[in-house]
Amino acid sequence: MLLNQFLFLAAVLFCTGIYGVLARKNGVLVLMSVELILNAVNLNLVAFGAFNQSVAGQVFALFVIAIAAAEVGVGLAIVLLIYRNRKSVDLTGIDALKG
Amino acid sequence: MVAVATAQNVAFWAIAVVMIGAAFNVVTSTNVVRAALSLVVVLAGVAAQYILLAAEFTAVVQVLVYIGAVVVLFLFGIMLTRARIGHESDLDNSNRIPAFVVSFAVFVLLVALLRDAFGHAHINVSAPSTTEQVGDAIFSTYLVPFEVASVLLLAALVGAIVLARRD
Repeated sequence: MLLNQFLFLAAVLFCTGIYGVLARKNGVLVLMSVELILNAVNLNLVAFGAFNQSVAGQVFALFVIAIAAAEVGVGLAIVLLIYRNRKSVDLTGIDALKG
Repeated sequence: MVAVATAQNVAFWAIAVVMIGAAFNVVTSTNVVRAALSLVVVLAGVAAQYILLAAEFTAVVQVLVYIGAVVVLFLFGIMLTRARIGHESDLDNSNRIPAFVVSFAVFVLLVALLRDAFGHAHINVSAPSTTEQVGDAIFSTYLVPFEVASVLLLAALVGAIVLARRD
């Protein structure tokens, strides 16, 4: 297997995630797009680990998975708080700090 | 050896096509629940790619943590924010075209860079890494990051509870 085929697949996932973060306005859907980006990075880490015959890539992917779980927990708590205060999860309406 | 490599490539492309279709559905679907279920397909595909790369422990953790916990958390989030369980027309903001341009530009840049850097690099997975090796690495070389990650998880847990509780 070529290393590049994994890297290209991860690039597609990464760019799809970027599009989702920029184009979605529902808070939950933005968090899902962030998960796509993190999974693309994990795929890169594991592919490079296999390429270098080292377990370091897998170890870093496991750390990223743990931190992504923490991120989703806090992120969804924030989205829930936005919903409770504004009765909607529309992120375009949150511009109180806009100069 | 050639036959094995071919079978791996066929499996790779079959899974990759399904993953890319599901990923597009996550960012374009007009139904929030359907987007979450497409995310399950993408995450399962990533786990399958880990198995192709002989990283079986990471694949199991991916299924347990992502599909078992994170997606369930997303479904809770969808239901607690009372999203409509069906078609919803205003999930996208007005930045669709700039967002597409930006992500496509990043993709072209990444592909050009990767072709230049790793044009003919082959992955040889003849010696799969065992779970024992991963465990040894975590608890010797990466012990300090591991402990920091556990404190971070505790902080995130407390933070999420403090944010989400009603008082």
